[in-house]
Amino acid sequence: MDAHAPPTPAAHEPEHPSAVVYVKIGVVLFVLTALEVGLYEFTYGGHAGAGGAALQPFFVPVLLLMSAAKFALVAMFYMHLKQDNRLFTGVFVFPLIIATVIILALIVLEAYHFAFARSG
Amino acid sequence: MSDHAHAAAQHLETSTGLDSRKLAIWTFIGSECLFFATLISNYLVHKQTWLTGPGPFPHEEWVSPAGQHFEPIIEIPLVTLGTALLLFSSLFVVLALANAQRGNRNGLLLWLGMTIMCGLFFVGMQVYEFTHFVHKGLTLKTNLFGASFFTLTGFHGTHVTLGVIWLITLWIEAVRGRIPPAKSLNLEIAALYWHFVDVVWIVIFPVVYLIK
Repeated sequence: MDAHAPPTPAAHEPEHPSAVVYVKIGVVLFVLTALEVGLYEFTYGGHAGAGGAALQPFFVPVLLLMSAAKFALVAMFYMHLKQDNRLFTGVFVFPLIIATVIILALIVLEAYHFAFARSG
Repeated sequence: MSDHAHAAAQHLETSTGLDSRKLAIWTFIGSECLFFATLISNYLVHKQTWLTGPGPFPHEEWVSPAGQHFEPIIEIPLVTLGTALLLFSSLFVVLALANAQRGNRNGLLLWLGMTIMCGLFFVGMQVYEFTHFVHKGLTLKTNLFGASFFTLTGFHGTHVTLGVIWLITLWIEAVRGRIPPAKSLNLEIAALYWHFVDVVWIVIFPVVYLIK
């Protein structure tokens, strides 16, 4: 091989996970989705019994945690952010933080608006 | 040129030392985060608001002051199936990429084909759901929930549709033998877009369908 030949883009690519790792992550994602739906069923759905009311205070936080875990697994392993250059992580995470702040700020603003409207 | 300078010149083929196309798709994905954040905020702010039209609909049964009866119409099992298939499609597309990087054309065609099938099912599921909702009385104009719901899920569905078209063109290229390992980055860029569409749905699914 010519030592002076320009490298292909793939030459700089870090090693991606093996197919076994991809499948394991896929199973975890599937289980988390099943848990999300199961939690809904036992809290508000057709299987919600007496314990459903007890689960309600934890429903939204647990659901959001599971959703965040799925999001992180796809981004880290399937989108290769765990192995790739940190610049890609920065380009993705910085707008993601702004996006989260926008959503939270609007929810707080709206909650304040409703509370203010009700109190007159 | 010294060995060190030569090595540096090889590494810095672009100003960042990274492939510009990959950096471009990540920048695009970053901007898409903000786009979907506005749509999700819009939905969250308006989902409990119904200035006109039916009230807490479609999550709950509701009778209007005029006596009109509205059934809850969200179908969790169908959407869960669509969600699972979208998650599986993310797995399939990374398996397709791994095969493309190894030069295994048959594996690439198989897994990419499976990804496309999952994407098509998801789009079909959404078309069925939208049609079902319209027949039950929920349209863009029904109430603020309807407007924000159709805008959010409709834009996501459009992204999935564009992703499916992109993947079909890559599958045709692969059939013609035009995706050798050296060009696997073309598939990796499309896969990054596809995974982003998947992670957006990971947020939309609980926020829209599970949290009342």
